[in-house]
Amino acid sequence: MNYFDELRIGDTFVLGSHVFTAEEIKAFAARFDPQAFHVDEEAAVRSHFGGLCASGWHSASVWMRLMVDYRRRFDDERRARGEPAVELGASPGFRDLKWLRPVYAGDTIAYDSEVVELRPSKSRPDWGLLSLRNTGANQNGELVLSFVSTVFIQRRPGREDAA
Amino acid sequence: MPKLYWEDFAPGSVAEYGPRQVTREEIIAFAAEFDPQSFHLDEDAARSSMFGGLAASGWHSCSLLMRIIADGFVVDSSSMGSPGVDEVKWLAPVRPGDRLRVRATVLESRPSHSRREMGLVKFLFEMFNQADVAVMSLRMTSMFGRRMPAASQAAPAHADAQ
Repeated sequence: MNYFDELRIGDTFVLGSHVFTAEEIKAFAARFDPQAFHVDEEAAVRSHFGGLCASGWHSASVWMRLMVDYRRRFDDERRARGEPAVELGASPGFRDLKWLRPVYAGDTIAYDSEVVELRPSKSRPDWGLLSLRNTGANQNGELVLSFVSTVFIQRRPGREDAA
Repeated sequence: MPKLYWEDFAPGSVAEYGPRQVTREEIIAFAAEFDPQSFHLDEDAARSSMFGGLAASGWHSCSLLMRIIADGFVVDSSSMGSPGVDEVKWLAPVRPGDRLRVRATVLESRPSHSRREMGLVKFLFEMFNQADVAVMSLRMTSMFGRRMPAASQAAPAHADAQ
């Protein structure tokens, strides 16, 4: 990812997609969200979901993984051009997370992230706060997930307005 | 049969669940799979980061909260999942060895307009560590089956004549 100062509202990152297999859905749910419709295929068919579907925390955590992988590729490209990789810090949280449709076993979810807010940090002058609207869509183009995340991102060293 | 239905979540009620201990191995395993950033994977790298030491991924914290409430009441309820989360605040790092507990406060409860067999409950979940430091807060809505579904909206045509 670029420095805070180089990002613009509306910049969009196409993160790639992930196939949610039944095995993976059940393995995540057994660890963190063992509700019947996430761990048991037969019970899931009888539930209002009508089939095995991923925990919402699973589909959100996969966004994080694809974002980290995207950033890593971007960092490599920067280094190849002789530019330093940009650091990201902690995240204060996220908001407006909507699980819009179930993610069923076998679904392929494509994730995108769009810059929606850029705010310099008051307490940490070398950092800015980047807010992204993150979405996931299934193989039919239907949105399954949407949320707005916020993360600390490094400001460009030696920028003119730096203190 | 579920033990808890929509009717059992009264606004204002408070309950506590846990504790559950999180290990270094679990923190690193989650991060390796879902959030492979150095401050979630490597103690030395984490020390010089904003976190000042190895810290769990925020998504791991969310997933641990889910597990604590799943064991606490969700698995024994008529849960129908969740439409989403209003807000999550990651307030303090979750560290290896932390013993986490969750306080659940029912903020609101309302019947579903579209599904007579369902009701919605808005919760505030607050997760604390063993030093009673709040590490995360999460405001979300959950859907539950009703013990007694609402009466059908479709009244007979002659109902008004009585």
